[in-house]
Amino acid sequence: MDAASVPAPASPGPATAPPGDLAIWFFILAELLAFGVFFAAYAFARAHNVALFDTMQQTLDRQAGALNTVLLISGSACVARAVEAVGRARSATGARWLLAGIACGAGFLVVKGVEYAAKFEAGINLSTNTFYMFYLSLTFFHFMHVILGMVILVALWVKTRQGAYGPADMNGIESGAAYWHMVDLVWIVLFPLVYVMR
Amino acid sequence: MNTRQLNTVWAILLVATLATWTIGEVGEHLGIAGPPAMLTLLAISFVKGRLVVLDFMGLRGVKFFWRGLVIGWLLLVSALIAIAYWIALK
Repeated sequence: MDAASVPAPASPGPATAPPGDLAIWFFILAELLAFGVFFAAYAFARAHNVALFDTMQQTLDRQAGALNTVLLISGSACVARAVEAVGRARSATGARWLLAGIACGAGFLVVKGVEYAAKFEAGINLSTNTFYMFYLSLTFFHFMHVILGMVILVALWVKTRQGAYGPADMNGIESGAAYWHMVDLVWIVLFPLVYVMR
Repeated sequence: MNTRQLNTVWAILLVATLATWTIGEVGEHLGIAGPPAMLTLLAISFVKGRLVVLDFMGLRGVKFFWRGLVIGWLLLVSALIAIAYWIALK
């Protein structure tokens, strides 16, 4: 269906659907639901083990957590700039911003990897205690989402370099970008909850 | 969103992250601890999350239904965290 055959809305108002494919938004909502349950489970588990959670939280690397927040926020900003550039038919600029977003994601994985290595070296694992069971499973669940987000960004980068997207065809890049922003959004809640709040 | 607006959002997010980190590092020395710290942290994460949803995800101009779902998620999760924290105080 081309644009001309779409009936004009009865009254000018906001767009009815979010950017990108509608399906990605159902996927994002499902992901948010899963993370939401995880966050609530963490918070209520803490309510019954306050001393343990507050003591164990002090053993986390808060600097690494903060650095990773900066990396994800910056990665998200880079991808938003990429979408903006592609929307102005600047594919080459868009591809560069996507590459910067991928670099931020890679930086996140390296920092988190170093954090995990330090914990495993200290003999910490899923059965160490309730706090670490939550810390490891929650952050690793998120870690896997960062990896998937990066796979999507690489696919977008390849296609953007080929000029596959443009002002008339934003669906693919907007859908992939929305997923990446979701990964950032989840970390924005996770960092204060797990690393800071006590 | 134009590039200037996106950069502004990016800068706000970075400053907000610095605020969260500061509360973690020296909050107790600044007198921000316990429930006020918890509420401040949740408020900061709500402001950050809302900006990501509206300006990066691009839901600002979209039908309220979609914004409501994602920002509603943020509010619900924040409320559950606050309730659990309050239970822990008792």
